[in-house]
Amino acid sequence: MIETKGISKSFAGKLVLDDISVKVEKGEKVVIVGPSGSGKSTFLRCLNLLEVPDKGEVWFEGQQTNRPGVNINEVRRKMGMVFQSFNLFPHLTVMKNLTLALTTLGLKPEEEAQEIAHGLLKKIGLSEKAYQYPSKLSGGQKQRVAIIRALALNPDVMLFDEPTSSLDPEMVEEVLKVMKELAEEGMTMVVVTHEMGFAKSVGTRILFMDEGKIKENAPPEQFFNDPQNDRLKEFLSKVLVKIV
Amino acid sequence: MVGLQNTLLISVAALAIGLIIGTLMATIKLIPSSEKLPVKVLKKIVDAYVALFRGTPIVVQLLIMYFVALPLIGLARVPPLIVAMIAFGLNSGAYVSEMVRGGILSVDKGQMEAGRTLGLTYVQTMKLIILPQAIKNIVPMIGNEFIALIKETSVVSFIAVIDLTKAFKQIGDATYEYIIPYLMLALCYLILVLGITYLLRLVERRMRRSDRD
Ligand SMILES: Nc1ncnc2c1ncn2[C@@H]1O[C@H](COP(=O)(O)OP(=O)(O)OP(=O)(O)O)[C@@H](O)[C@H]1O
Ligand SMILES: [Mg+2]
Repeated sequence: MIETKGISKSFAGKLVLDDISVKVEKGEKVVIVGPSGSGKSTFLRCLNLLEVPDKGEVWFEGQQTNRPGVNINEVRRKMGMVFQSFNLFPHLTVMKNLTLALTTLGLKPEEEAQEIAHGLLKKIGLSEKAYQYPSKLSGGQKQRVAIIRALALNPDVMLFDEPTSSLDPEMVEEVLKVMKELAEEGMTMVVVTHEMGFAKSVGTRILFMDEGKIKENAPPEQFFNDPQNDRLKEFLSKVLVKIV
Repeated sequence: MVGLQNTLLISVAALAIGLIIGTLMATIKLIPSSEKLPVKVLKKIVDAYVALFRGTPIVVQLLIMYFVALPLIGLARVPPLIVAMIAFGLNSGAYVSEMVRGGILSVDKGQMEAGRTLGLTYVQTMKLIILPQAIKNIVPMIGNEFIALIKETSVVSFIAVIDLTKAFKQIGDATYEYIIPYLMLALCYLILVLGITYLLRLVERRMRRSDRD
């Protein structure tokens, strides 16, 4: 469904992604972990071309997307993305946040868009917040709204960039729960996270990223119990100690 | 009375011209990292414009406009009032462009990214998401620019326009008594500025009420 073929990216002469080839099949839940600054966000952002790779190819649903002439807006519509900092639109109500893209892009008439929004809000138990502004929501609520804002467009894949990293600890669980439900419904997901529990229980495959390279790519059991890469062993010993 | 009218007229016209030029230039400066040559050239022109008009005194710009630039292109007969409007408008454009640009840049860049990942185009995101937030930052600055204009236009008598300042000077000249007219003049400016400041506060408060951030 998504494939990168040898993508590289530098910022100011510093190589951040080094020749990365990764394939994500439909229905997979790929979790990306790795130390800070290893290029996880940059890689994720290359998938929907928020960052354009200097070299290599990005493919989505059978077409190469980093090629002139491709309507990137149409591609992005099918790839939901959730950010660490929520990025809700503060000047619009929750309802407007949810319906803006649907109506602006002419995908759904206003009433139908609102029905979709109400349905999604109900699903995450925030129906009563429909006409509030984002500033009235807690961090966890904001992130859940951000998730359904992406879902409103009925995407084929969801990208998550550390969706729980800026949340107070007591709100992490409510967001992970929504993500788990989404996973159970069969959504294809690519998730950058430090939540090892989530990686273990939801991930179908885990990638370890370090210094711009994928150093390990394995199913969760193998990834945690029998890591091959030395840097990964070191990384796991650190984060697993932190969990205990 | 003519003096007051001219001061206001020049300030309002200059602000209008400044808004048009300034918004245009800010837009050019904000075209996303394009390597295309025409865009690069345009951006350089904007930079030069801003540097030129911010780097020289407004009186000098006014004098050059009236005695050099317009006669040079064969427009020596333009009424000085119009010249003042144009000169202050061009000057204001340089400042307004920086304000508009600053206002837009002060909106978190995650907002643009969020809009784009929803499949909105750059222009749609600008219009529906960035500008409505930027405007709250820009309006107070534009208000200050208007206040600055009211005061700065007190130099237009250099090209024989009768504004508030000139009018009071004439009263002084006629009576050989300057203390009262000049104190009155200062009071006039003060009342104008305070009045506009008050209106600005009202507008800002209304905007803040709709800003539920
Ligand atoms: N727009 C940018 N301009 C310049 N440098 C950047 C930019 N984006 C990322 N970088 C740099 O690229 C490197 C990788 O960044 P990236 O955000 O992909 O790492 P990360 O693995 O997501 O880290 P973290 O866990 O801290 O989020 C970092 O050194 C970062 O400073
Ligand atoms: Mg990151």
